[in-house]
Order: sequence, then structure tokens, then C-alpha cells
Amino acid sequence: MALTKQQMAQRIARELKDGYYVNLGIGIPTLVANYIPEGISVELQSENGILGMGPFPYEGEEDADLINAGKQTVTLKPGAVIFDSATSFAMIRGQKVQLTVLGAMEVADNGDIANWKIPGKMVKGMGGAMDLVASAENIIVCMMHTNKAGESKLLKRCTLPLTGVACVKKVVTDLGVFDITPEGFKLLERAPGVEVEEIKQKTEGRLVVEGDVPEMGV
Amino acid sequence: MNKVVGGADEAIQGIQDGMTLMLGGFGLCGIPENCIAALVKAGIKDLTCISNNAGVDDFGLGLLLQRKQIRKMISSYVGENDEFERQMLSGELEVDLIPQGSLAERCRAGGAGIPAFFTPAGYGTEVAEGKETREYDGKMYVLERWLRSDFSIVKAWKGDRLGNLVYKHTARNFNPLMAMAGKVTIAEVEELVEPGELDPNAIHTPGIFVHRIFQGERYEKRIEQRTVRQKA
Repeated sequence: MALTKQQMAQRIARELKDGYYVNLGIGIPTLVANYIPEGISVELQSENGILGMGPFPYEGEEDADLINAGKQTVTLKPGAVIFDSATSFAMIRGQKVQLTVLGAMEVADNGDIANWKIPGKMVKGMGGAMDLVASAENIIVCMMHTNKAGESKLLKRCTLPLTGVACVKKVVTDLGVFDITPEGFKLLERAPGVEVEEIKQKTEGRLVVEGDVPEMGV
Repeated sequence: MNKVVGGADEAIQGIQDGMTLMLGGFGLCGIPENCIAALVKAGIKDLTCISNNAGVDDFGLGLLLQRKQIRKMISSYVGENDEFERQMLSGELEVDLIPQGSLAERCRAGGAGIPAFFTPAGYGTEVAEGKETREYDGKMYVLERWLRSDFSIVKAWKGDRLGNLVYKHTARNFNPLMAMAGKVTIAEVEELVEPGELDPNAIHTPGIFVHRIFQGERYEKRIEQRTVRQKA
């Protein structure tokens, strides 16, 4: 069975380490905050100017002046701090944020990523993604393995305009976990019940499969 | 020294067709609602607007877009606005999309007298096309220029007659940077106070960057994505 969005978030949460500052992108990455493992303390950075972002507010306690980068109402944890956008991206470019998790439309087997534009069709803009991927040391992409037409999103080369070059380190899809290596996407774990053959079929980019690939425990 | 003006209509005096404006805010959070309404009313057009986002169809900068008062937008993210997308794809509206961190730093640089700087954001993408690139310590960077405006319009929580400003929570965002980069900077605030009432240690924008200030009214503060959790 392919992973649910919650399970993908849960799997990514295992990449967190105590003391990390983490930037979570819009969509599935945001869910990672719900699965931070016991005994691990991380601080969430939101690029619109929060360090120490807390959960969504209780109903009736929403504050229009307190949102995350996805424009969702949020809260502050004790010890949180607010800053302007230039300071926020100083943290990002200055590599103070240890882990960035974001979504993508396409990832290439050399770590290129495309997630901001479909020429002639959809142009929403890159937001903070280009700054994040150009600077972060550890970038995990979280996305569905194929698009709505069933085509692979793990490619030899991205076909859409790039967001960043050779920057992605790891990809978590609904089918598996992959490291970006010089040889291509290295399959580290399979979603429970998903066979290597299916992953091979649905991966257009170079895929490296070594020995028995374990199922992930979720 | 007294920078207080009577209201939004007086504050936007001097803004003319074809000018370049910076408008603070992130999404609909921390946007100068009163001045946007005044710009709509005044019908000023052919504007170049520098703002992280372009509002939604019926609020924020979307109100200026509806009336085709904007000729060019310089932004980082413009989703959530169908009219914007329509005008952009049809070529009616010129759009310059730039990485959010570069946008922030370009405003800051404009205000700080730094004409250009190198950043890694956008290297190897179409954002870097036509721009100088250079290697420093083994990594490639793109030269980005400063941004400055004829008028910067910001929204703060509290401000005093000298133009000192304090923002609330994430309504700060681009406001302090854009306040620095305006030939003329207008601040609308929720609460106008007397000099001395704001803690000098806690002022975000020093009044030297602000030329006109007024207390706004009837803030709607619309929420784009109301997300809540249930009490256990």
C-alpha cells in the first residue's frame, strides 16, 4: 500500500534530530510537525518571520496577525521570536536552518528540483523556495511519486523551469524513500507492500537498488 | 517634528500615475488596508507595485488589480488570485517574480544604500538569466540589484508622531524593509501614541525612515487560511 500523506509526514519526522531548526514547506511538509518523535526538541522556522512556531490555535483564538508562510493561523511556543523577512532569509542563506522539507512537481536524479511554474498554465511564483534550496545543507522533498496523469515525478532531467540545481538530498514519496547519489535515486526503503518492481516502473530517472530493500515501519 | 496626517486620503497625496510603490504585508497579514482603499478611490493607475503577494480577488492589492490600476507587479508568490493569473497569462499585467529572500534583501539594500549584492538564490534557474554570476569559495552566486520606491506604504501596530513604529507578530514581515526603501514612506497604524510611550528598546522601525503617519480605521484583517485545532 502506498503511504498516506500522514504516513509520509511521519516518515520524514524520523529525519529530525534534537536541536534542529527546521523549515517546513506548505502542504504535506507542514504535517511533519504533528509527528515529532518523543524526546526530540526542534524549533520550527517559518520564513514569514517566526522561530518557535506552535500548533494551530484553538477555535476562537485565531489571530489575523499571526500566520505561517502558508497563511494559516498558528500560535507561538514559549520562547518564540518574531522578525522581519530579511532577517528570516539571513537565517536561511546563512545556513542556520538545519533541515528544509518541501514539496515539488519534479525532482531529477542529480538533485535538481522544479516546483514553481508550469509555463503558459500555472504561475504562482517561487515564494521562499529558491532561497531555501540554494542555501540549505539538508533538503528533503516530500511528494507523490507520480503526477495525476500517472507519470513519474522522479526524472532524469526536470522538464519544468528549475527552482534549484543539484540541491535535493533525499526524496520521500508515497512509494519509498530515496537518497540522491551520484548514481541517481538510491532506494532506501519501500512503502509497506510496495514491490521494487512497481517503483522501478514508476521511476523515470536512474534508480539504484542494492540487495534487499527493507519495508519501512509505519 | 510632527509627521501626522489626517488620514489615508491625505497620506497618499503626491502619488501619481506610473509611480513605483512598495506595499508591506505577507498575504493579507500586515497590509495597509486604509491606503489601498484610498488608492482605489483616487483611481491612480499604471502603478508598479512591489509587494510579496498580490492580495486575493476581492481584498488587498486584488482591489487595485480588479480596476486595472496596476501595470506591473514585483512579487515572490501570487497564487490565490484568479484575476491576477488571468491578467498575467493574457499579457495585460507585467510580472516580475523574484525569490522571497532576494525581494526582502533588495528592499533592505535599497533602504541601506547598497546598490547590489550577490545571493545564491536562483542560480541555475531562469531568475538568473541576464544577471552577472560569480563564484565565491566554490559556490555560485547571482548579482541582484537594490529596489527603491517613490512611495512605500506600510502598516504597523503602534506608531508615534515621530514615525517610530512597532509591528505585531507576523504582520511585521516586509514592512520594516519597505519602510526603509521609500523616497516617501507612509505608515498607517492601529494606534497612534505620543512620543515616549513606545519603549525605545522595542521599536522596530526608527522614525527617520517614516515621513507620514496616521491612525487607520476599520481594519478588517481578513484571514486567508483559518486553521484551528479542537480542544481535547
